[in-house]
Amino acid sequence: MSRLSIRGVGRTFPGVNGGAATLALQPTDLDVADNDFITILGPSGCGKSTLLRIVAGLDEPTQGEVLLDGAPVRGPGAERGMVFQSYTLFPWLTVQQNICFGLREKGMPGAEQGEIAARFIAEVGLRGFENHYPKQLSGGMQQRVALARALANDPKILLLDEPFGALDNQTRALMQELLLSIWEQHRKTVLFVTHDVDEAIFMANRCVVFSARPGRIKNELAIELPYPRHYTVKTTPRFSELKAVVTEDIRAESLKTAQMEH
Amino acid sequence: MKPLREVEPGAKLALGISFFVLFFAVWAAATLGGYVSKTFLADPITMFRSGWTLLAEQGFAKDIGYTVWRVLGGFVLAAVVAVPLGVAMGAYKPIEAFFEPFVSFARYLPASAFIPLLILWAGIGEAQKLAVIFIGSFFQLVLMIAVTVGGTRRDLVEAAYTLGANDWGIVRRVLIPAAAPQVAETLRLVLGWAWTYVIVAELIGASQGIGHMITDSQALLATDQIIFGIITIGLIGLVSDLAFKRANRALFRWAAL
Repeated sequence: MSRLSIRGVGRTFPGVNGGAATLALQPTDLDVADNDFITILGPSGCGKSTLLRIVAGLDEPTQGEVLLDGAPVRGPGAERGMVFQSYTLFPWLTVQQNICFGLREKGMPGAEQGEIAARFIAEVGLRGFENHYPKQLSGGMQQRVALARALANDPKILLLDEPFGALDNQTRALMQELLLSIWEQHRKTVLFVTHDVDEAIFMANRCVVFSARPGRIKNELAIELPYPRHYTVKTTPRFSELKAVVTEDIRAESLKTAQMEH
Repeated sequence: MKPLREVEPGAKLALGISFFVLFFAVWAAATLGGYVSKTFLADPITMFRSGWTLLAEQGFAKDIGYTVWRVLGGFVLAAVVAVPLGVAMGAYKPIEAFFEPFVSFARYLPASAFIPLLILWAGIGEAQKLAVIFIGSFFQLVLMIAVTVGGTRRDLVEAAYTLGANDWGIVRRVLIPAAAPQVAETLRLVLGWAWTYVIVAELIGASQGIGHMITDSQALLATDQIIFGIITIGLIGLVSDLAFKRANRALFRWAAL
């Protein structure tokens, strides 16, 4: 049985001030198996983030349901960790305290919290920054802490909503490698939303391409590039082929989006 | 000078002090030079001399003590009720919907207009003074705190939910700490307003306090004492404001980063 099962999930946003309702997401089916690294790629405004928020329990579907290990998702919970595009570290807590937030909420003893935090701080390469406040860190470092914070909670599935979207290209590439190496080590199930083609192919074992709004799954392809992946994989012929296919798909949808806006 | 360009700390202090100097110089020139009648405005030297007499011989320190205690007493009472209520209103929309219209209405009721009514209800003792401060600060505090808490970044709340926080955890570990620095700033601001209410409360039906001394001095045409009283209030206000600012900065170091 698949770990996460999205069954006929659709979302319509009610009209504002008597306006027409907006169909953001057409009924969508998606099965995520254990240890999958799935990227959801789509043009902006296609409903991919809406789908992720529904999986997280932060938004409710107008139809369909999400099952995690067979149990329907009702509201947010610690078993579905999330990293957001915006910087969501708690500014009043230090790096260490941020990472311990979920553990403390679980009622874990302090010593154990400290051990886990130390492990993940080391894993995201932030040793020495334990007592820094988020504002003292760069954007990339903040997202590394956010990743460590989500991982420290040991969720069943990790949801990432364009977590590197606000970072510059070089930092973003490094973050992708970091995330990939962490995934290769822990094999945590990952659902990663992005609008960046390279990013979608580089990390995933499956890439799901969304259509323009109202979103639906347009194409799904297995990325059979072998793990562990080195960043040089981006220059291989196979990567270029996959990129060509995906780019063609996404380009058609972006054009539709652009036309809708005229 | 360039727009928004910071000034150096030393120069900043010098500029701040120089206006005080200028102010006193103009005042001294106008009064000592004989341009203004002594009946209407005492000169600075007489003012300081009679201020000293007030403190040393007429027990003005006790008046100051009374006024400070009234402000703090009324303000602390208001804060003790207003902070939890404001947090509850900011966090829970039905609670806000229940209280907000009345509080919005009540905060426009001038505290000083309640004085005759409060004298009728509470007499002219300390309870009446505390009540004026309470009315003057409470509604303002509630409303501003509710807005601050309600304005907490939604993405922080969502992040906390995905980390397994329950509703009470959201209030306790996200809404309150996120709002705390701004709430402390609100308290500092409203404490300043409380000072203006206390003097009004003491102008009517008081037998101690800085406001009472000012009313007494008016009957004696002692403008030197009136001005000394006003300056005393200003100084206490300045000192308490600085202390509050310092405390806020020390307590919420992260907010100033």
